[in-house]
Amino acid sequence: MRMGTHCRRLWGALPPGKHLVAAVLGLVFFLLSSHQDANALPAFARKYGLRCSACHESWPMLNYFGQKFKDNGYQLMNDRDSPIWQNPSYWPVTFRMTPIWHRVSTDKVAIDTYSGGAINGSTVARITSSGFDLSGLDLHTGGTLEKNFSFFLLPSSDNTGSFHFETVMARLDNLFGSPWLNLKLGKFELDNLLSEKRILTLTGNGGVYQLYHFIPVGDGNVFGQMGDNQLGLELMGHSWDDRTRYSAALLSSVDGNVGLPYGNAYTGFFTVSRAFDTGRLGVDRIGGYAMIGEAPTYYRTQNGGSTVLAGSGLGNKSFSREGFYGLFYFGSHVDVTVVTQHGADNAYFGQGYGDLIGGTAVNNNVPGNPGLPAGAQTPSWNGVLVEPHYVYSPQLIFIGRYETVRMSQQANGSGCNVSMSCFGPNGTFTNGAPASNFGNLSTYTVGFRYNPFMTSRAGFAWHNEWNWLHQDGTGALVGAPVGSNVNTTELLTGFDFDF
Amino acid sequence: MRRNLLKWSLITGAAAALALPLTSSAQLTNQDLAARIGTDAHVGNITGHAKDAAPPYRRYCVGCHGPLGDGNGENAVWMPPPMYQKPRNFQLGIFKCRSTPTGTLPTDEDLFDAITRGFDRSNMPQWNTLSKQERVDLVAWVKHFSPRWANEKPGTPITIPPEPEVTAERIKAGRDVFARVQCWKCHGVQGMANGPSASTLTDDLGAPIAPFDFTEGSRPKCGDTDRDIYRIFMTGLDGTPMPSFADNIKPEEAWDLVFYLRTFMKQNSKEKQMAKQLGLKPVDPNAPAGQQ
Repeated sequence: MRMGTHCRRLWGALPPGKHLVAAVLGLVFFLLSSHQDANALPAFARKYGLRCSACHESWPMLNYFGQKFKDNGYQLMNDRDSPIWQNPSYWPVTFRMTPIWHRVSTDKVAIDTYSGGAINGSTVARITSSGFDLSGLDLHTGGTLEKNFSFFLLPSSDNTGSFHFETVMARLDNLFGSPWLNLKLGKFELDNLLSEKRILTLTGNGGVYQLYHFIPVGDGNVFGQMGDNQLGLELMGHSWDDRTRYSAALLSSVDGNVGLPYGNAYTGFFTVSRAFDTGRLGVDRIGGYAMIGEAPTYYRTQNGGSTVLAGSGLGNKSFSREGFYGLFYFGSHVDVTVVTQHGADNAYFGQGYGDLIGGTAVNNNVPGNPGLPAGAQTPSWNGVLVEPHYVYSPQLIFIGRYETVRMSQQANGSGCNVSMSCFGPNGTFTNGAPASNFGNLSTYTVGFRYNPFMTSRAGFAWHNEWNWLHQDGTGALVGAPVGSNVNTTELLTGFDFDF
Repeated sequence: MRRNLLKWSLITGAAAALALPLTSSAQLTNQDLAARIGTDAHVGNITGHAKDAAPPYRRYCVGCHGPLGDGNGENAVWMPPPMYQKPRNFQLGIFKCRSTPTGTLPTDEDLFDAITRGFDRSNMPQWNTLSKQERVDLVAWVKHFSPRWANEKPGTPITIPPEPEVTAERIKAGRDVFARVQCWKCHGVQGMANGPSASTLTDDLGAPIAPFDFTEGSRPKCGDTDRDIYRIFMTGLDGTPMPSFADNIKPEEAWDLVFYLRTFMKQNSKEKQMAKQLGLKPVDPNAPAGQQ
C-alpha cells in the first residue's frame, strides 16, 4: 500500500510527456524480468517437439540447423518424418499476424497549395503520419505428405483481408536416396542465404531487403525481384551435413503473378555455398548467386492501341543480378551477414519499356516506335547489405542493417550535361543523362525482438524497430530544387505472434 | 505417546531410506551443477569446456533434456514410449551407445558421436550442423550432470578385430549364433521385432521399449556400419534389455552374426544376396541346440 502511494507520488512528480517513457521502461523491465525459457514454434515444433530456438536464430530467421531441416524437406531424417507417425489430430498449420503502432515520415512529397479555398499551385512538404495498424495475415501450412514428399502452402492476406497465394509448392526430396537431388515445383522463395520471407524487421522500407528489389528509377523491368516468391521449378542439393549447398531454378519471368500475364520469358537463378567450421567462432558460410533472365519489352495492343493484351509480351531483353554472400559468426552471440550485388538491365528496360501490364512502365515498344534514344545505355549498379545481430539469448536479439545501392551507369548517356535538370516529373527521362548518383539508395535499420515466451503451441515477439531510407534525386520536382533527395523514417513497435 | 513417536520415526526413516535411491538423481541442484562447471571433454585435439556449453544447450537441448539434464524438458511428455523414447537422463550417467564394456562410462568420443549422429526413431536429430568445438563443449556439459564422472573413469574401448571376408559359411554360422544366444526371443526369427518377449520389454526406468526391427529400413541407433553393429552386441545398450554378449560370443562369431543380421535388413547387401542364393531359412526356435 505504501509502495503504491510512493509510486503514485513518483508518477505524479514526473513531468508531462515523461509518463510514456516511464511506462515503456517499466514494460521493458517487466518483460525482461519475466524471463522464461524459449520453447518450440508451432507447426513443426508440435510435430518434432523441438524448441523454436533449435531451428531459428530468432524466429522467423533460420539458423544452420533450421536450414538443414528445410533442405531435407522439413524432415529431421529420423525415420519418423512421415505423417503416419503423427497423432491423427495433428494439424500442421500456423497463423501469424502483427498488430503494430508506427510513425512514418517522408519528405519531398508534392502537395497542392491553396489560396481562398482554391488550388493555386503546388509545393513539396514532409508528410508524417502515425497510429495503430495491422499487418496482413499469414496462414502457414507445411510438412511432409509422406517420407521424402514435402509441401508448403501459404495463403497470405494484406491488411485489408485480400488474399493471395504467397507460397504453393510440393517437393520431391532425396531423389534416388541422394540429398543432392531435390525437385521443387510451384511458387516459392528463391534460395537466398538471407531470406526475405524470414526477415527480422517489419517496417515498410526495413521489412524488405532493398538489394533484392532494386531497379533504377524509370526502369521498366519488374522481373528481377529476388525477394519476391517466383513461379518455377527448382533443383536443389546439399551434402549430408548441409555444409555444401547448391540450387538451380528455372522461373517464369512473371514475378510470381499467376495467369501468365506477360508472355514467354524465363529466368534462371543459381546459387552455391559452402560452410566452414571455424572452431570457437562457429560455422561460417560463404557463397555466390546469379539471376539471369529475360523479360518482354512490348505487348500486342487492341482497339487502336488503347488495350494491352495480357500474355502477348514480345521483344524479350535480358537482365542480371549476381553477387556474393557470407554469414560469419563471432562466437555464440554475434554474427554478421553480408550480401553484395551487381545488377544490370538491358537499355530498353532503362528507357521504361517493360511491364505495361502491371502499370509501372512508361513505354511500349510497339512497331513504329522510334526505339532507343541516342546515347541510351545499360543501367547498372552495385550494392551491399550488411546485417549484424547480437543474440543475447534465443529470446532476445538486437538487429542492425545497412544497405546501399550505387548506380554505376545510368540508363541515358548523353544529351544533357547539367546534372539534375534532365528529369521530368515522376523520375522519367526527357532527353539526357542524369547525375551519376541519381537513384542511389541508402538505408539503416536498427531494432530488437524480445520473446517473453515461445511454447510449442504459440510464439510471441515484442518487436521494436527504426528505419531510415535515403534516395538521391527522387524528390518531387514541383516548387523545390529539382531532383532533391528524399528521406523517409519509420518507427515501429508491435506484437508479432503466431499460433 | 512415545510408542507412537517411535513408530512414526521408524516408518518415516524407512520411507526416506527407500526413497533415497529413487530421488537422489532428482535432487541435483543448480549449486551442484555450478560445482561441476569445470568439467572438460577431449575429442581429438579439441578440448571442450562445460562452462562454454550453456548457450548451445539452452538453445538446442534443454527443451527435451531439461535444465537439470534429467530428461524432463517440457517436450518430454510428448514423446510417449514405445513409439518414441524419453529423452536421456544425463544425471544417471548411463548411455546406450558406447565403445566401452557394459556398465562402464562411455568415452568422450562416444558422446561426441552420439550428438553428431543423432538417434533414428527418436526426436534426437543429428547435430552435425554445430561446430566440432560446440559439440565437444556439449559433451563436457552432458558429463557435468552426473557425479559418475567425478568418481569413475570411462571404460577401455573394446577391441574390434578386422572385418573378415563375407562367405556363405560365415552367414550360416551367424544364423547358428543368432539361434544359440536367442536373439530371436526379442527380435523375432526374421528380425521383425516380433519375438515372444518383444511386447514385454521395458527399459531400466520401467518404460516400454521395442526391440530393433531389422526389416524396417531404419538405421540402428548406435550406427549402421558393420563395426557399429558388432560393437552394439559386444557392449550392449546399457539402460535397455539389450545385454552385452561379450562373454557369450567369440570375436569371429560376432562377425558371423553381423553378416547374418545384414540378411534381414531392407537395404541391399552382399549378405542379403548370398542368403537368397543359399535359400537360408529363419531359425527354428524349437530345434534342438546345434541343429538349426
